[in-house]
Amino acid sequence: MPKGILAATLQQRSQKILAQWLKQLEHGAAISKARLSSAELSRQAGEFLTLLTDAAQSNDITDISGPGWLPVRSFLEDLSRKRVLAGFSSDETATFIFSLKRPLFEALQEECGSGDIAKLSNVLWAATELLDKFGLHTVKAFQASREEVIGRQQTDLLELSTPVVKLWDGILALPMIGTLDSARTQIVMESLLQKIVETESQIAIIDITGVPTVDTLVAQHLLKTVTALRLMGADCIISGVRPQIAQTIVHLGVDLQGVTTKVNLADALALALKRTGVSFTKQ
Amino acid sequence: MTISSSGELPLSNEHDIVLSRQAVRRMTVELGFSLVDQTKMVTATSELARNALIYGGGGTLRWTLLSEGTKRGLRLMFEDQGPGIANLELAMTDGWTSGTGLGLGLTGARRLVNEFHIESTVGLGTRVVITRWK
Amino acid sequence: MGEFLLVTIQVDMQDQLALRLQDDLTRAIEKKGAKGVLIDISALEMVDSFIGRMIADISAMARILSAKTVLVGMQPAVAITLVELGLSLPGVATALNVGRGMELLRESLRNSDSDDNFLER
Repeated sequence: MPKGILAATLQQRSQKILAQWLKQLEHGAAISKARLSSAELSRQAGEFLTLLTDAAQSNDITDISGPGWLPVRSFLEDLSRKRVLAGFSSDETATFIFSLKRPLFEALQEECGSGDIAKLSNVLWAATELLDKFGLHTVKAFQASREEVIGRQQTDLLELSTPVVKLWDGILALPMIGTLDSARTQIVMESLLQKIVETESQIAIIDITGVPTVDTLVAQHLLKTVTALRLMGADCIISGVRPQIAQTIVHLGVDLQGVTTKVNLADALALALKRTGVSFTKQ
Repeated sequence: MTISSSGELPLSNEHDIVLSRQAVRRMTVELGFSLVDQTKMVTATSELARNALIYGGGGTLRWTLLSEGTKRGLRLMFEDQGPGIANLELAMTDGWTSGTGLGLGLTGARRLVNEFHIESTVGLGTRVVITRWK
Repeated sequence: MGEFLLVTIQVDMQDQLALRLQDDLTRAIEKKGAKGVLIDISALEMVDSFIGRMIADISAMARILSAKTVLVGMQPAVAITLVELGLSLPGVATALNVGRGMELLRESLRNSDSDDNFLER
């Protein structure tokens, strides 16, 4: 029975398997690119092998989704996460698992002896399937971690690219540049509203000069921002409304609910100053 | 997908609605949701818990903390054994209100979450399941 | 505050309590002849459709009793959520905080004979 042999081999020959596996890993990219110290790599390999050996003793080796394999899966997820942050590629990370094959196969061969070819071939097949599954799991976890990191970086970038500017006491301006998608608008909205509270501003000027197209979605996003501002007690002026945009808004039947629009930021600022009761006199 | 933990809360009176809001707030904070996402989930809870109580004659809130790979989320199930909703499609359109003049808040709640499922059978009850991912 | 009433909602209210508030408030407007009501929700971390409707109702009832209502202090996360929920509270005047709210009320009272639509933005 393949499981029995695999489990027994792992249990009895783990030291030798680990030593040979480490030799393989040392030659790999991890060490040569100096991203991982020898000590750390051997700690990781040792821990994986221990977890694998323990789990193999009492679990079905053809199904790694069961609860008994959780420690191994978790270890690999954690490993992938660390590797993403350290700048490894996905295949470098998967190689961690696959390079275990040779040392394991050699150990299985020793355990089976030279007699029964069928028995050996069954257990080798079971072992390769098991490691393939874990290899795939590692790659999946790696990709998920990487997506998470990219997502976070995108969020940071978005925040940086839409700064809220204080034009005057009580007047904030938000120059929107580029396309207004859902994620962007959310972040922008939150940051504008937060700034309104912090600066106790009365008026927010949203400048869309830099927004190439205004379709229904963009108009809806703008409307949501305007409504949220109003609920908080702040006024809103939308500036940078080109004639085409005005047409689009009318054609789309979007009701801007009494929000004033201005062609450019200067006009919007003039209006905002007037509304807040500020006037300038020339000396 | 691994389920980290789950539990349930009764929705048999008004105080239960307050308690469920507070419980969901705690859970979303623990999951590290942004303030806006916490607020959305708590508000959706308030709407759906109230529905279960007022229209469903009382019910249960079952919560589950989810983790899929590295993604973490919160799933809430609001279940009642009330009269059920005869025309689900109609109920899920904006502006629909029931006979008592109060909207069911279903369409609004749907916009606050990532996943929204509703099942309802006349005479048997209603179940709404909402999920929000971090 | 003179002719104004200030209501500060601080606690995570049960629905019944909210209705009681509505009741007490309208009674107080009448009794004291108040011309303005300020509802301070700066401590509320959540406003759902029930509370939203209650606020809209208070505003409508106050108007019938010749008083203006201003809702102040809505938190950004609450504003964003309310909008997503589909509630924009169209008939309710708003201000950033109690101070601004009072300015708004005073100004509207000054203009009260000329412009009753002043607060209904």
